Amino acid sequence: MSDADKILVRLRVNGEAREAPAEPRTLLVEFLRDQLNLTGTHIGCDTTYCGACTVLLNGRTVKSCTLFAPMADGGEITTVEGLATNGKLHPVQQAFAECHGLQCGYCTPGLLMSTLHLLTKIPNPTEKQIRKAIAGNTCRCTGYQNVFKSIRAAAAEMEKR
Amino acid sequence: MYAHPFTYHRAASLEEASKLLQQLGEEARLIAGGQSLIPLMKMRMARPSALIDMNFISGLNGIARHGGELRFGALARHADIEHSDVVKAMPILHDCAAGIADVQVRNQGTIGGSLAEADPSGDWGAVLLTQETAVRCFGPNGERTVPLEEFITDAYTTVLAHDELVREVIVKIPPKQSGGACVAFKRSAPVYATVSAAVQVTLDGEDTCQSARIVLGCVGLTALRVKEAEAEIQGKKIGSKSIDAAAEAARASAEPPGDMRGSTDYKRALIAALVKRALGIAVRRARGEQVEAGHEYVGR
Repeated sequence: MSDADKILVRLRVNGEAREAPAEPRTLLVEFLRDQLNLTGTHIGCDTTYCGACTVLLNGRTVKSCTLFAPMADGGEITTVEGLATNGKLHPVQQAFAECHGLQCGYCTPGLLMSTLHLLTKIPNPTEKQIRKAIAGNTCRCTGYQNVFKSIRAAAAEMEKR
Repeated sequence: MYAHPFTYHRAASLEEASKLLQQLGEEARLIAGGQSLIPLMKMRMARPSALIDMNFISGLNGIARHGGELRFGALARHADIEHSDVVKAMPILHDCAAGIADVQVRNQGTIGGSLAEADPSGDWGAVLLTQETAVRCFGPNGERTVPLEEFITDAYTTVLAHDELVREVIVKIPPKQSGGACVAFKRSAPVYATVSAAVQVTLDGEDTCQSARIVLGCVGLTALRVKEAEAEIQGKKIGSKSIDAAAEAARASAEPPGDMRGSTDYKRALIAALVKRALGIAVRRARGEQVEAGHEYVGR
């Protein structure tokens, strides 16, 4: 494909205007990782199952392996790189660290984004709401119990602020 | 995974989308949420030469009540429907919207795309077949409204002409003393259901079933309305006898193909169980009770 067939994709990523040309078939996750060098968002199953590639698009979680980059043009993206401020972990990240909400860490960027999305909508979720919110995020290490614990801790911490 | 290369076009209006379909030829396709089409393209089971992106058409995602109807713009996302106050008038639609795949997919997938894609395992096709549903289509020669029964003709096949597209989905609000429910079973949240059962009943008094619609999902190439099962409960007194008879008739009428989600026998056992459960919930809702229903999976 020649450069002429590429599409200019313009996004606001973690508060910063970013743009790059991309083949139309470029998936959003590939665009973020390869074009913008934001490798925090992971490619897990690449089949819309595991949720490792979850990012926020205009405030809603999406699986970035299931979106062609031009479809997100003009959109506001938040990735895991956008969570910490001035080197200080976001309360959601802090909670996962303290409650052992991760082991290998591969699914973590996606789980963090799903947690942030949940707590933005429902600051004090029930157990059932927590389970439903992360049903699209697969973790093969933790058995989820410490993930639930992390989300409860993050909710409590964010309520205080 | 890379999809086969395609050219990308953005439509700003329904007219432009239809025109682009004409210009770009038979291998061009529309894309809305993309939650069915993109996985198919990545697996190279679909190889469109061009994609026409509908996501930038404004005013196509509304959810509103007009008199006795609920109207959904083609681009209404499953999550919008799940959280809509308007949809509370029809709990069966909430059952469906809140249970499709997972949060991320519901945030992106659309009701119009789901019906136009006509995936044999799609959730909306089965649920909306229990209702008086019409699909408002837009084409170069104007609009037409097609009843859902006639809209989906086969797996991945609808009556839409190549340059025609879905504009709106219109669902009639059922009369008083009616209740509907959708119950689906899946192995985990992100996957398609193994089997789903959607039912709608209207009562005559407290105990008699005036009318019933019973539809199964994921058991064949399209959603399956089982009139044999409806006949077992329609006009009868509601109770475990008529509900069991309807569930048994549904089990006997379906021939679900065995696959990685389950054998034919396993799916048949599920059909009976799900129809029974859905009927029970629909009847309780028709009597005015608030009951939860929806997709069931391990870890829920």
